[in-house]
Amino acid sequence: MNAVATGMNAALRLEPAAAPGSFLWPAGLPAALDQAVGWTLLIGAVVVTGLVLALLAWAVPGRRRRWRHPAWWTVGAGLVLPGAVLAALQWVNMRDLSRGDALLPRPLVIGVQARAWWWEVRVHPDGDAAPVVLANELRLPVGRTVQLALASDDLIHSLWLPALAGKVDLVPGRIHQLRLRATEAGRWSAPCAEYCGSGHTAMVLQVVAQPAAEFERWLQAQRADAPAPSTVQQAAGRAHFERLRCNACHRVRGHFEPLLAAPAGGPDLTHLASRATLGAGVLRNDVEGLRRWITALQAHKPGARMPAYPDLDPATLDALVAWLGSLD
Amino acid sequence: MKDLPNPVPRPAGERAQLERAWQPPRGWRFVFTVNNTDIGLFYLGTALAFFLAAGVLALLLRAQLALPGNTLLAPPAYNQVFTMHGTVMMFLFAVPAVEAMAVYLLPNMLGARDLPFPRLSAYAFWAYAIGGSAFFATLFFGASPDGGWTMYPPLTGKVASPGIGADFWLLGIGFIEISAIAGAVELIVGILMTRTPGMTLARMPVYAWAMLVVGLMIVFAFPAIIAGTALLELERAFDWPFFSAERGGEPLVWQHLFWFFGHPEVYIIFLPAAGLVSMLVPVLARTPLVGERAVVRALAAVGVISFALWAHHMFTAGLAPWSLALASAASLLVVLPSTLQVFAWIGTLARGHLVRNTSAWFVLAFLALFVIGGLTGVMVAVLPFNRHVHDTHFVVAHLHYVLIGGMVFPLFAALYHWLPLVNGQRLCERLGRWVVGLMFVGFNLAFLPMHVSGLLGMPRRVSTYADDPGWFGLNAMNALSSAGAFVLAAGVALCAFDVVRTLRRPRREHGDPWHAATLEWLPSQRYGLRSLPQVDSARPLWTRPSLHQEVPAGAHWLPGSPTGRREALVTRARDAEPRYLMLLPGDGALPLVAAVGTAGFFLLLTLGWTVPAWLCGAAALVAIAIWLWGLDRDGGRATVALGRDRVVPVGGDGAFGHAQAALAVVLAVDASIYLSFLYTHVHLAMAAPTCPPPGAALPAGAASAAALLAWGLAVLGVEHGARGLRQRGVAASWPIVAALLLSIVAFAGHALAQQQAGLDPRRDAWSASVGALLGYDGLHMVWVVAAAAFALARRHAGLLTPRHRVAFDALRWAAHAGAAQAVLTALTVRALPQWLG
Repeated sequence: MNAVATGMNAALRLEPAAAPGSFLWPAGLPAALDQAVGWTLLIGAVVVTGLVLALLAWAVPGRRRRWRHPAWWTVGAGLVLPGAVLAALQWVNMRDLSRGDALLPRPLVIGVQARAWWWEVRVHPDGDAAPVVLANELRLPVGRTVQLALASDDLIHSLWLPALAGKVDLVPGRIHQLRLRATEAGRWSAPCAEYCGSGHTAMVLQVVAQPAAEFERWLQAQRADAPAPSTVQQAAGRAHFERLRCNACHRVRGHFEPLLAAPAGGPDLTHLASRATLGAGVLRNDVEGLRRWITALQAHKPGARMPAYPDLDPATLDALVAWLGSLD
Repeated sequence: MKDLPNPVPRPAGERAQLERAWQPPRGWRFVFTVNNTDIGLFYLGTALAFFLAAGVLALLLRAQLALPGNTLLAPPAYNQVFTMHGTVMMFLFAVPAVEAMAVYLLPNMLGARDLPFPRLSAYAFWAYAIGGSAFFATLFFGASPDGGWTMYPPLTGKVASPGIGADFWLLGIGFIEISAIAGAVELIVGILMTRTPGMTLARMPVYAWAMLVVGLMIVFAFPAIIAGTALLELERAFDWPFFSAERGGEPLVWQHLFWFFGHPEVYIIFLPAAGLVSMLVPVLARTPLVGERAVVRALAAVGVISFALWAHHMFTAGLAPWSLALASAASLLVVLPSTLQVFAWIGTLARGHLVRNTSAWFVLAFLALFVIGGLTGVMVAVLPFNRHVHDTHFVVAHLHYVLIGGMVFPLFAALYHWLPLVNGQRLCERLGRWVVGLMFVGFNLAFLPMHVSGLLGMPRRVSTYADDPGWFGLNAMNALSSAGAFVLAAGVALCAFDVVRTLRRPRREHGDPWHAATLEWLPSQRYGLRSLPQVDSARPLWTRPSLHQEVPAGAHWLPGSPTGRREALVTRARDAEPRYLMLLPGDGALPLVAAVGTAGFFLLLTLGWTVPAWLCGAAALVAIAIWLWGLDRDGGRATVALGRDRVVPVGGDGAFGHAQAALAVVLAVDASIYLSFLYTHVHLAMAAPTCPPPGAALPAGAASAAALLAWGLAVLGVEHGARGLRQRGVAASWPIVAALLLSIVAFAGHALAQQQAGLDPRRDAWSASVGALLGYDGLHMVWVVAAAAFALARRHAGLLTPRHRVAFDALRWAAHAGAAQAVLTALTVRALPQWLG
């Protein structure tokens, strides 16, 4: 089978940087509001399954021929009883729909733009015109409401932060909103939930909730331009970066502005070294990960726009990795 | 045997004449058979073959997911395999399988000799078998679609999916659309018009009710996907941007159309299975179904409600709150008819005494699994729960509980129950226990842990997952699921082995092994029952066991073939009183030629081989024209005696007959397709910032008005012709010619109006939707022209009479449909910009 044969030599692995988490053990709003519904439904389903199976076990021996009122059975047990439960559940739905955003006022606005197959994140701090552009990592201050403005300019993707909120699709031509607030610090991975082609599996957003002060410090650091090379090897790496035309797609603020505008462009690399993973969750962001990404990324992330550079000589590769590793 | 319709013993030679009329083609010509018994078995066998093939794909998927970071299937291959698994299971197995069961079982259950349109079934089967096999074969060339069985654009548009995989998907679905519509015609007309005398609606088996509901659902659900696939192919082939946001398109229009079909589709698959269970449970428990009338109403209720809940597949797509409220309420409401049925089945088991055979175990397994699947369905209908589990493995688990638990287990129960009808041999009970045990254990092992995987954060359609050890981690859950899939497969394989073994045994009389209540267990031959029984209860074989002797002796209605041809009795829809004798076609090559031509046309067009494609298309059209030409004629005699003093006319009684009923079904399908296009236009117009968008303009007024006038005159013409046919017994030529010419004038007027407005369907989505409506207007013109030419030819051949006027009715209704859609389009396209301001 050809389709199978073509799959034989590639190896997609996801870096287990952090678990996705679950609304059953929430760390923020609105997931915490959904927790009770979740547990009620799960336990209720188990109980009802048990009851029906018990009823079935009672029914199978049979021979209850003198049974007079089957209509009570079908209408009473089959309609009225479940009808009451379902009406209660619709009340839950209506309450959920009428909740609105009043719960979470005065938000910090963060734009999330989905691309095939990575996430661009733009933090819009209060009173600051220029947003801070990041890639594949979403940081949230604990205790502060965040409004995510969700957009996509190629395919339909879906953002899902299990421990904090449900999922919302990112649909081309539309901007969807999601308000949430982390109540505990933590680190989670947020997979793309809407199938989007060959990179769908390898499209994991890293989510970090950290105390407000820590978040501010981090944001200040992210606002700064990338540092100048501090070693000869890093300087050589910067030169290779330009020679290999990496700057055609990637911005390194203070060094290179990309020649191609988004959406054709790639992730902003200004503070690459501050992120946990490479390629939206497929490799750990360390020396070994960077080497593998540059030389063999198509094996790790089939269909990505960036070509692999398998033929770089070791010195060039080491220099590139040294420079990229210095962008913290 | 007193007071029966016909005296026994029957005259010598009567039976021989019946057998001669229904003789099957011999040798290699057997592929020309149109008998529902053969076509039903071909159909079911093919559907089950696709079930096994798509099951193997499922094993590949589970093998890939057995370990984290596994490298068996890289994403491109994995995506093709899961797309094919879903598509083949839904479209090439589930829908055809339920139709195949009906083709095989229904005529005998209703006491009919055959389906009303045997060649249509044969055509639908062959188109499906050839098209489906070609579609499946793409997997061996690495050219399969990889957009998921839901095929959401823009992922499936030309930019993101430039290969021909998506085109093959659209093509493969096209064949299922053809066979589904053909199935709807057969089901609706067959159930309402060919029941044996005395089988009133109140005495109709529950399964027939289920299939009637399914037939009606197909009429209103499938058009949405027919329109959707047409739009997507127009976008892919001609760059009409219905779904491209950058030119004003809306990706969500596809999702609305897909799920407006897709959710009823789930019930199109489940209701037949529920109908089968409602037949099996009373027989296995030896007592009538508790609340039978309530169950029938529940089936109808599901059919209606299922059209209101498509949006529950789009809860995270950013819909308006009121549509979320409506869809979630409907999703909860649809549970009630199902709980009612579950309690009716449990109540029946309690009242009766269950025979513990393999069928019964499958039914019990179905009940347990369906309850679990139904409960997870309730859970995902709750919005705060849905937004967490939507598009995760929790939903994968839910849908497999509903589809495998709700449809495959009943199908296997039915297989064990009804297989003796094929050659009199039963499947092995001892192996059967193993089959049901392996399937039940394997199924739960595979799909129960998937709920946990989803809650742990594993999305759908991912080819791998991060390493997550621990007792309740993703590693453990996925390993269990994979192991369970192979256990389930072992059960299926064991059953397949036993089916093949059993079918190779010699044929013998099937008798009535389960003491069943319905007519399919009477001795039957290729012609169905020897005589059509007079039925006086809902459970004829229980209330009147003597039918077992009377019917094969020929003591009931129509014990022979008085015209010497294949015949069926048409009865009144409500009380099943005999109306007239329908002449059925014999076996022949036409359906097969037409199917090969149809399949060849679409397949070769997809591959870009234009000339051979059109040759195939022409062959199909010629075959269909010859086929239609032979219809609607006298059988050589005006009346026949059915028995006692009942005499009925042959070929038709001048009133609304089976052919008109089939036409009415086709018209309903046509109207639904049109409304899907109109919906698309309205949605895109409302989504556009200005309407019409910059650069586009409304069609020119004068030419539009002329076009509408032409359609109106065409309608007046055919109405005049209809009066002439009714009053004077002849249809004049000029109204037919006038309708033909006026429909061309009308389309030319519309095209001119658009040309003056500078219509460019590639410019923006609004223009594309106007182009689609104009194209549908053109299709109605082609329909009217073809129907008029055909009616004219019939008239000159002397084949158009008040009793044989189907050709004229087809023209008349086509003209009405054409005029109606033209008026509605003109009003909508013009009024919307006004209304939107």
